[in-house]
Amino acid sequence: MGKEGKWEIITGNHAAAIAAKLSRVKVVPAYPITPQTTIVEYIASFIDSGQMDAEYIRVESEHSAMAAAIGASAAGVRTFTATASQGLLLMSEVLHWAAGSRLPIGMAVVNRAVGPPWNIHVDHQDTMSQRDTGWIQIYVSSNQEVLDTILMMYKVAENPDVLLPFMVCLDGFVLSHTYMPVNIPPQEEVDAFLPQYNPTHWKLDPASPITFGNLALPDEYQEMRWSMDLAMRRALDIIEDVAEEFFERFGRYHGGAVWKYKLQESDYAVVTTGTMASEAEVAVDELREEGIDVGLLKIRSFRPFPHRDISETLVDKRGVIVIDRSIAFSSGGPIGTEIRSSLYNLADRPPVVNYVTGLGGRDITYQDIMAMVKDAIGRITSRRIRRPYYWFKLKPEFERVEISEEVRL
Amino acid sequence: MTITIHDLRKLPGSYMPGSAACPGCGATLAFRLVSRALGPNTVYIVPACCFSVIQAPYPKSAISAPLYNIAFAAAAATASGVYRAYKTVNKDVNVVVWAGDGGTVDIGIQALSGAAERKEDIIYVCYDNEAYMNTGIQRSGATPLKAWTKTTPAGKREMPKDMPMILAAHRVPYVATASVGYPFDLVNKFEKAKNIRGFKYIHILSPCPPGWDFPVEKTAEVGKLAVDTYFWPLYEIEDGKLRITVKPRKRPLKEFIRLQGRFRTITDEEIDELEKIVMEKWQFLEHLEKSERVF
Repeated sequence: MGKEGKWEIITGNHAAAIAAKLSRVKVVPAYPITPQTTIVEYIASFIDSGQMDAEYIRVESEHSAMAAAIGASAAGVRTFTATASQGLLLMSEVLHWAAGSRLPIGMAVVNRAVGPPWNIHVDHQDTMSQRDTGWIQIYVSSNQEVLDTILMMYKVAENPDVLLPFMVCLDGFVLSHTYMPVNIPPQEEVDAFLPQYNPTHWKLDPASPITFGNLALPDEYQEMRWSMDLAMRRALDIIEDVAEEFFERFGRYHGGAVWKYKLQESDYAVVTTGTMASEAEVAVDELREEGIDVGLLKIRSFRPFPHRDISETLVDKRGVIVIDRSIAFSSGGPIGTEIRSSLYNLADRPPVVNYVTGLGGRDITYQDIMAMVKDAIGRITSRRIRRPYYWFKLKPEFERVEISEEVRL
Repeated sequence: MTITIHDLRKLPGSYMPGSAACPGCGATLAFRLVSRALGPNTVYIVPACCFSVIQAPYPKSAISAPLYNIAFAAAAATASGVYRAYKTVNKDVNVVVWAGDGGTVDIGIQALSGAAERKEDIIYVCYDNEAYMNTGIQRSGATPLKAWTKTTPAGKREMPKDMPMILAAHRVPYVATASVGYPFDLVNKFEKAKNIRGFKYIHILSPCPPGWDFPVEKTAEVGKLAVDTYFWPLYEIEDGKLRITVKPRKRPLKEFIRLQGRFRTITDEEIDELEKIVMEKWQFLEHLEKSERVF
């Protein structure tokens, strides 16, 4: 292990900004949106006070923020931006462009519900809806994990076998505006862990001119998309390797693509992500006290999705409870759908009960998670899983309508 | 230094054989001239436009300078990112947006306005063929009054946006209009722009034989007539001071209009109306030329 870091009590947004500074990003295009705004404010103050040597571009929209990040990364320097919700959705077109250009841009996304109606609180509808843009998506559960993951993900994204952009997704307000103790590693340790970005695949340089992104016809296009998919799949092992290297240097391990808690030999597994996973840890302890044998599998990496790890880990469970904080209308939770897909080809697969809950910032506590686990175990043991997914914590009058709805499978 | 025909022949351009341009393409003519004036130490950022196709499909390219294709609305922001990244490594490169009129006056105007307001050190070029030509001739905010397009089959009912003046109102250090019909006026504006720090905007009228419906060998002639009839006046605004750079002997607007099929349905009375609009604009420019500052 290297030199010790310094403890500070800071918000998730502050941790994200410090991570950008420690990563020595060179260009930061910035546009404000609640609850992301303080990230770009912190970075502005770092640059203006001379603590950070970077260009700050005060763009006029998130579309331009991502477009400017693309330009800067294409010119060959490490680049960072941050957004949330509507801002991420406005970026959508250029998110595809960043990934298709194989530019390892880093972005913090503060998860926030999508309008209308306006709502500034947490759910994962914003990032989940961008799952097919070619961006790596890592969901985190603490402010320390925000900071550490940004440092780790530059190393993953810039790996010549990956070269894809990444977003680190942190829950709005629950992390972004909540103070927690965070260990801030010394700059020299980060420098030793994360060397300067030096693209060898391509960059915009008059000394070595190329045309990038011109028309590719059906004879060429498909292999380009295949190569992105291959890179995404290869990123799974690289995420794990980098997490282990990070542990050796800094002494902290948050998991690779997944984080497992008391999962070995447990009868049931609860699968969730973000700060609901922190609540789920408490729920697991409480349930085990009550004699209910359950463990936690936290999804850190939603893209790439760790299908093999999940099927190998969950194959011998009596049941799997998946809790999603977003809704694929009429289909269920996006993680629930993926978990089913991981398990489907197993000869003897465990049943999956999927809950959709916590939208628009509705608070989900460990008691709620305990209730979902108990409800699910009841359904599994009595073979009453009649629906592909269940809504949880609806108001009673809405719950009555939901229960009375005919289920069309 | 003023570039003459003797200089221009010796300057290396960034346009190679094998492009996919239509015969007589004005945009291509513009690029050949501009790339000679700017030289090889130049990066081009191209949003969706005719040039997305003209540059030739992958894995070939007709452009020898670095060229990055970007989404329609994003060119000025992407160029800002490129310029800022070079700034962090002390690299001095001409960062140029090469955009059509749709990508400039319509879908790209927000990013363009933002980059101009921030005074990014880039050259934004609009090669203006006055409609969405790459998608097959649909009206844009740059299409002239009365012009036929496939989405204005009875002729456009609105005046085009005065984009150079919109940029001038951002108080950027350099704004200019140009036409492929006046190549030395054009190249010398780029020669000047590349030595000015800050945001530069140059709007080039680029006649389009299929879109405007005129014979392919008449591109330069149409581009020259546009200027000589005062349809497309050539001027520059340097640090707020406007100068009309070409003051030709006025020719009747009819000569420009009647050369093109897109004005086929226009009556002589309507041409008289357009003539009035054109003269008003010219007199307005002459008035501005006498002012200390336009903005």
